[in-house]
Amino acid sequence: MPPSLLLEQLLNGLQFGLMLFLLAAGLTLVFGIMDMINLAHGSLYMVGAYLTATFVGLLGNFWLAVPLAVLGTALIGMLLELTVLRQLYRRDHLSQVLATFALILIINEVVRIIWGSQPLLLSAPEELSGPVEILPGLNYSAYRLTIIGVGLLVAGLLFWLVNRTRVGMWLRAGASNREMAQAMGVPIRPLFTLLFGVGAGLCAIAGAFLGPILAVQIGMGESILILAFVVIVIGGIGSIKGALVGALLVGIVDTAGRAFLPLLLSQVAPPEVAANLGPALASILIYLLMAAVLFFKPQGLFPART
Amino acid sequence: MRWPLLLVLLFLLAFPPIASAMGLEFYQGLLTKIMILALAASSLNLILGYGGMVSFGHAAYFGLGAYTAAILMREGVSSGWVIWAVAVGLSALLALLIGAICLRTRGVYFIMITLAFAQMIYYLVVSFKQYGGEDGLRARRPEFGLFELTDTALYYLSLAVLAGALYLLHRLINARFGRVLQAIRENESRALALGYPVYRFQLLAFVLAGALAGLAGVLMAHYTQYASPNLLAWQQSGHLMMMVILGGVGQFWGGVLGAAALSIVEEVLQDLTIHWQLGVGLILLAVVLFAPRGLAGLWRREP
Repeated sequence: MPPSLLLEQLLNGLQFGLMLFLLAAGLTLVFGIMDMINLAHGSLYMVGAYLTATFVGLLGNFWLAVPLAVLGTALIGMLLELTVLRQLYRRDHLSQVLATFALILIINEVVRIIWGSQPLLLSAPEELSGPVEILPGLNYSAYRLTIIGVGLLVAGLLFWLVNRTRVGMWLRAGASNREMAQAMGVPIRPLFTLLFGVGAGLCAIAGAFLGPILAVQIGMGESILILAFVVIVIGGIGSIKGALVGALLVGIVDTAGRAFLPLLLSQVAPPEVAANLGPALASILIYLLMAAVLFFKPQGLFPART
Repeated sequence: MRWPLLLVLLFLLAFPPIASAMGLEFYQGLLTKIMILALAASSLNLILGYGGMVSFGHAAYFGLGAYTAAILMREGVSSGWVIWAVAVGLSALLALLIGAICLRTRGVYFIMITLAFAQMIYYLVVSFKQYGGEDGLRARRPEFGLFELTDTALYYLSLAVLAGALYLLHRLINARFGRVLQAIRENESRALALGYPVYRFQLLAFVLAGALAGLAGVLMAHYTQYASPNLLAWQQSGHLMMMVILGGVGQFWGGVLGAAALSIVEEVLQDLTIHWQLGVGLILLAVVLFAPRGLAGLWRREP
C-alpha cells in the first residue's frame, strides 16, 4: 500500500471528522447542559445546506452565501428554541425524542414544499475545484483542504469561546452542574437560546461545506445525525474536547475502513466474500468502536459530569 | 374496561365477511398491518414502558423475523410452523446476546448501544447479495397444513397471535415478574437492595420482547410477501418507539393504540396530500405538548 494513498485517506478522514465535530459540538452542549435530546439537530444541517445552495444561486458567490446561510440557520434555530424546544426542557427524554422527531418530519416537509423533492446542485467554488500538490508527487483536492482549514479555524474559535470567555465559563458550569450554575446566577434562559443559535450556525457551516461533497437532499440530516450521536457518546456527553476526539476518531476510522477493509479482506478471503463483506464491515466499524469504548469507559472518553 | 374490549374483538372477528360483502378489502389489509405493528409496538412497550429500558434497536428483531421467513422460504423450507419456530428462536437468541451486553449500560448510553447493535445487524444483512442486499427479498407465503394462508386467513392469524400475545403480556405484567420489572424501573438500587436479581429480570424481559418482535416480523413478511431492509433500519426502530410514546408509555394498551393511531393518521393524510408527513409531524408535536401521557393516558387518569 503506497504511503501517499494512506496520507490521502488520512486527510479525508480528518476533513470528515472536523465537519462531524461542528455538528457534534452543538449537540453535545445542548445534551450536556440542558439534558435535552434534540433529534432535529440534523435538520438544521439540512436547512444550512439548502440555504447555502439558494444563496449561491442568488448571489453566484460561495463565500458570500455561506455567512448568510449560517446567519439564517442560527436565526431559525433560535426561533425553534423560543417556540417549541423551550417547552421540553422539563419533560422526560422520551417526550423530547417524540417532539424532536416530529420536528424532523415537519422541517423535511417544509423543505420539500419550498425547494421540491429533487436534490439541489451545490458545487464547490470554482477556484477550489482543482487539486493542489501538498507534497512532491501527492495531489489533494483543494476544496477538501479548504474544509480542513475552515474546520480547524472554527474548532479553534469554539475552544476559545468555551474555555476563555465568560459565556464559555457559564456553559461549562451548566454542563457540570446545571442547578448549581443557576443558583450562582448564570442567566440560563438567554444562554440556552444563544446556545441553540450557535449550535444551529455550526450545523449550517457543516452543511454548507459538506453539501458539494455529499448531496443536498431531504433526509441528509438524519443519516449524519446518527453519526453525530455516536461521536458524542464516544467522547462523553457535554464535553467539547470529547466531541473533537470522538469526531476525529469516527471520521478517520470510517474513512479508512471504507478505503482499506475491502482491500485487506481480499487478501485473506475469497474475492466473492470480500466484495460482499468488506463494505458491510466498514459500515459496522464505527459502531464496533462505540461499543468497545462504552464497554471500557461507560461514560465515554471525557465525561463532563463527575 | 371489559365491555368495550369485547365489542372491539367481536367487530374484528366479524369484519372480513362484512368487508368482502361491501367491497372494503382494502381496510382488511390495513387492519392486518395495524395488528402486526401493534404486536411489535406492544413488545417494545414491555421493555420501554414497564422495564424502563429505552431500546432504540427494536427493528433488529422485527427485521430479523421477516428476513428469517424470507430466507427459509428461499432455501426451500415451506412449513410455516418451522419458519415461525426458527424466526422466534433466532430473534430471542439475538436479543439474549445484545441484551446481555447492553444491559450493563444505563440511560442515554443504553439507547445508543442498542442502536449500534441494530445498525450492525442492518449492515450485515444488507451485505448478503445472494439474499437481495439493499433490494430486499421476496417472501412467498408458507404452508400451514391446516389452512391456506389467504389474505383473510392471515388477518385471523394476526388477530389470534396479537390476542394471545396481549393475554400473555397482561398476565405477565400483573404477575410477580411484571411487578418486579416495574419496581426496577422505579428504583433500581432499591430493587437490588431487596435482593432481586435485577439483571436477570431485565434480560428475560428483553429476550421476551425480542421474540415477540421477531414473530411480528414474520407476520409482516407474510403480509407484504417481502422482506425489506427498511424493516431493519433505525427509522423502523424510531417508528415503533413513536407508536409506543404516542399510545402511552407503560400503559397496557399503549402499543396497540399507538400503532392504530399512527397507521390510520398516516393512511388518511396520505390520501389527502403528498405532504402528509407535515400533518403527522404536527399531530405528534401536539400530542407531546398537550397529552403528555399518550393517548391511553387521556381517559385513564390514575397512574
